[in-house]
Amino acid sequence: MPVTVRTFASTGEAAAALSSDRGARYLGGGTLVMRALNEGDISISTIVHASDRALTRIDAAGPRVTISAGVTFARILAERDLSFLHAPARSIGGPAVRNMGTVGGNLFAPNPYGDFTVALLALDAVVSVQGGLGSRAVPIEEFLQSRERQTDTLVLSVSCQKPASAEAFRYRKIARIKPKGGSVITLAAHLPMSSGRIVGARIALGSMAPTQIRARAAERALEGRSLDASTIGAAAAAAVEGTSPGDSALASAWYRREIVGVHLRRLLSGQE
Amino acid sequence: MAKTALQFRHNGRDVAIFVDGGTNLLVALREGIGDMTPKFGCGQGGCGACSVLIDGELHLSCLTLAETVAGRSVETLDGIKDGPNLHPLQRAFAENFAAQCGYCTPGMLMAAKALLDRNPSPSRAEVVEAISGNICRCTGYEPIINAVLAAASGGRARA
Repeated sequence: MPVTVRTFASTGEAAAALSSDRGARYLGGGTLVMRALNEGDISISTIVHASDRALTRIDAAGPRVTISAGVTFARILAERDLSFLHAPARSIGGPAVRNMGTVGGNLFAPNPYGDFTVALLALDAVVSVQGGLGSRAVPIEEFLQSRERQTDTLVLSVSCQKPASAEAFRYRKIARIKPKGGSVITLAAHLPMSSGRIVGARIALGSMAPTQIRARAAERALEGRSLDASTIGAAAAAAVEGTSPGDSALASAWYRREIVGVHLRRLLSGQE
Repeated sequence: MAKTALQFRHNGRDVAIFVDGGTNLLVALREGIGDMTPKFGCGQGGCGACSVLIDGELHLSCLTLAETVAGRSVETLDGIKDGPNLHPLQRAFAENFAAQCGYCTPGMLMAAKALLDRNPSPSRAEVVEAISGNICRCTGYEPIINAVLAAASGGRARA
């Protein structure tokens, strides 16, 4: 069924169009919205798109990075200052999908996708959104919890602190097809260290619940401790707590629950 | 609903067509222009059969809103040969038996071209990565990888 396509020069106009039309969806790279249209999704009656160059900026020079929503994964991979995000960006799709898919769109990607968002959740990212009433900054966890209600807002950017070192941020995606494939589970860990102890541990999981979630029990097992074998064992044992994975063609819920601790142990131990 | 006029460059030639709102580029190319080289595989971005180059970058035409290529350059398999002469990649695919049913071949060739355009002498791992978004159900991929490496080295065999 034909839909109306509305292209705007500014994000403000695009946000106003999104918030005033229940059937409007924002088109970023197309990997979600065009797929839905190809599958005959009749809930979409209007496609909103903004050509605003502000949506393609990367500010990564300082300790806090801001990535505009329209930045593609190929651009993340080309940015040396974003090397800590290269592993999650590389784990998404093939080259064509990485040329198209955007950081903003990934926030809305359902299971078994949305791997980049797992990394952003572990990094305590803040999502800047613009609705009909203006723009605001939303912690990513809060954003994800209300994701279904966010389709009438326009994501402008995401921002997060750079990890202090390469060791402090770790990422692992389990897929049946390499190098490309949907996620069986995806894990990201941010382990800031102070005097040899973990302070502010963040463990994020993908495909372990309807949206990306934090593994709070595993975080508690790590908090204030050094990253030794007993701490890692306690975190791995707690990884499954609070999760609610689903069955899919890639893996059953049972399998996902069985392996999440195994892969968290490997991630924290630095094993391949 | 009114159709929208769309102009873009298709294999070096300016074209103008009308499209329905929400039409994807694959449909615009096949039904609007008659270029049947990009194939419909899954319509979900999973198979790569519809791969084309947009301003030199590899894209999936089935997931590209046709209207977003206005004023841009779209290159398909139909445009890579030089008159009656096959492109070196096409020749290498034929010589290395890299096509069986052939359905994935247009997408494979465009993914390979995107790679060689920016990296004329890729490693085997880089070739594997470059075609990782393209599914082939016949060849087992090895002849395709060998063909891309052969084209990259000007027809000479490569390890």
